[in-house]
Amino acid sequence: MGATVLSNDELLRHADRAMVLAQRLTEWIAHAPDLEEDMALANLGLDLLGQARSLYTLAGAREGAGRTEDDFAYLREAREFRNPALVEQPNGDFAATIVRQFLHDAYAIEWWTARVDGPDPDVGALAAKVVKETTYHLRYSRGWLVRLGDGTDESHRRTSAAVDALWPFVGDLFAPSDAALRPGFDDRVAAGFADATVSVPAGAEAFTPATEPSPLLVELLAEMQSLHRAHPGVSW
Amino acid sequence: MSDNWNLWEVFVRPRRGLDHVHAGSVHAPDAEIALQHARDLFTRRGEGVSLWVVRSADIVASDPGDAGELFDPADGKDYRYPTHYELPDEVANM
Amino acid sequence: MPAPASETRQNRFDRVIAADQRIEPDDWMPEDYRKNLIRQIAQHAHSEIIGMQPEGNWLTRAPSLRRKSILLAKVQDEAGHGLYLYGAAETLGITRHELLDLLHTGRQKYANIFNYPTPTWADMGAIGWLVDGAAITNQIPLCRCSFGPYARAMVRICKEESFHQRQGFEIMVTLCNGTVEQKAMAQEALNRWWWPTLMMFGPPDTESAHSQKSMQWKIKRFTNDELRQKFVDATVPQADLIGLTVPDPELAWNDERGHYDFGEPDWDELRRVVAGDGPCNAERMATRKGAHDDGAWVREAAVAHAEKVAARTAEIAA
Ligand SMILES: [Fe+2]
Ligand SMILES: [Fe+2]
Repeated sequence: MGATVLSNDELLRHADRAMVLAQRLTEWIAHAPDLEEDMALANLGLDLLGQARSLYTLAGAREGAGRTEDDFAYLREAREFRNPALVEQPNGDFAATIVRQFLHDAYAIEWWTARVDGPDPDVGALAAKVVKETTYHLRYSRGWLVRLGDGTDESHRRTSAAVDALWPFVGDLFAPSDAALRPGFDDRVAAGFADATVSVPAGAEAFTPATEPSPLLVELLAEMQSLHRAHPGVSW
Repeated sequence: MSDNWNLWEVFVRPRRGLDHVHAGSVHAPDAEIALQHARDLFTRRGEGVSLWVVRSADIVASDPGDAGELFDPADGKDYRYPTHYELPDEVANM
Repeated sequence: MPAPASETRQNRFDRVIAADQRIEPDDWMPEDYRKNLIRQIAQHAHSEIIGMQPEGNWLTRAPSLRRKSILLAKVQDEAGHGLYLYGAAETLGITRHELLDLLHTGRQKYANIFNYPTPTWADMGAIGWLVDGAAITNQIPLCRCSFGPYARAMVRICKEESFHQRQGFEIMVTLCNGTVEQKAMAQEALNRWWWPTLMMFGPPDTESAHSQKSMQWKIKRFTNDELRQKFVDATVPQADLIGLTVPDPELAWNDERGHYDFGEPDWDELRRVVAGDGPCNAERMATRKGAHDDGAWVREAAVAHAEKVAARTAEIAA
């Protein structure tokens, strides 16, 4: 393995991003605005779970200490998670979920596209499939962003509120090594927001990642890991 | 303001080389969502490579009461079928 | 063309049913047949979507990422089944909107089984194995039901159900091969789900209100008791195989009949739960109505946006 492959820290950052977002999406099931959206959100979640599992497995193989996908997902503490804070934000209303998804997808499509011919062949092999998945996710989230932003007064108000609430987490999506992805992201977001008739908040991306894990993530993981940890070492 | 979405009929092409076949219906406020809903509902297990969606209201159907006049006249025209014709034994395949 | 006399239409309908052919939505059908079908398909559709809740309850806590993916795909399928069935019902001249309204106002029912809680992970195994298993037993004959759209929806659904049952049984097998605690969890879930599952087939034939007409119309092909027997015969050996005990002291193989004899479910309990007094009736309905009501602004926004786009397109064209 050459020196140019992604570090395990980077692999986990993206595995955790996908896993935590999938976890949030599963909370929608049986609560979505219509049955078709239950199905759509489940499909997004299934794709993201698949991505997370592949990346955890790759990280485990490279680490060589025998850790499995579930060891990474269920047995690490919140402070060991590397996900950007955006994906752990609560579902809120459907507008908040869509804005969160759109910002995430606009980032993810840039990141995965850059991996296709990137220097890490294992991630590159995965990227070919994930780019397709993410292209569809973006089509879905962007489509709903525009419908909600340019729908009724109420949906516009909710969408603007969601943009205001979630915009501060945008900067944190980008790791230092992601700097080259930012212009592409900005173009996508500006075009999406324009079609949705919502504006990019003027304020800075105020959020700075805390050194302590966020209470949101602690709570999310406590629920997710509860059963697995109650029976150490067993098969399911 | 209505939250009633239109009904769309969905047609799925299962593989390249096959026709689109009617699969069922979805509700959607516009054509793009109709396609997305059709994709999520009818192609989760690789059942399709292409989709059509058509507003259900735009489908023109024949009246079942007209079935007699429309379809029965096709009966009794045996000469349309190859089995109607006798060939000399010497002609093995035609 | 003038409508044929009612006599003739009835005769044609009877002939189609007798010949085991399918009635299609545009065909004339007796009003009772239509009503009966709407009631049955709607109740079936409602059951699929309410049925998402007991399992949805464990999505966030599934004990492995593989199980989480499987459960998510499974619960998603149930939403899909609901949609296939609402679609079939809509061909009978009623809208999904109206059907959901009938559900939300308690004027139509859903399967009683989903009014039971899911306190442990083993319930995911028991539901897949038993509840989906019972559903399959009920649904396979419905693939030949006399109403075309219902039969076709059932073909699609049955294809997907067998994954549901297998994943549930696999959970049970894994728990039974696991620790003492895990096996106890599996047995306890079987104890809770066995009798409610047997009640899924409906009241005994002697008391079934809708059975006879449905058999005549070939909507139903087997009686409640026949289907219940089929399910018991198929399931008991599976329980034996993984070392679980079916909680019925009267259960015994009857060599003469070639079937298992089994005890009588507590029909009073069924009546109580159907009447709304089950452990989760209120919660299930509140969740369903909550989702629907909270989503109204989303559905309205999508319609409003579609209208705006249409108006803009018209303006450009003009
Ligand atoms: Fe189902
Ligand atoms: Fe099922």
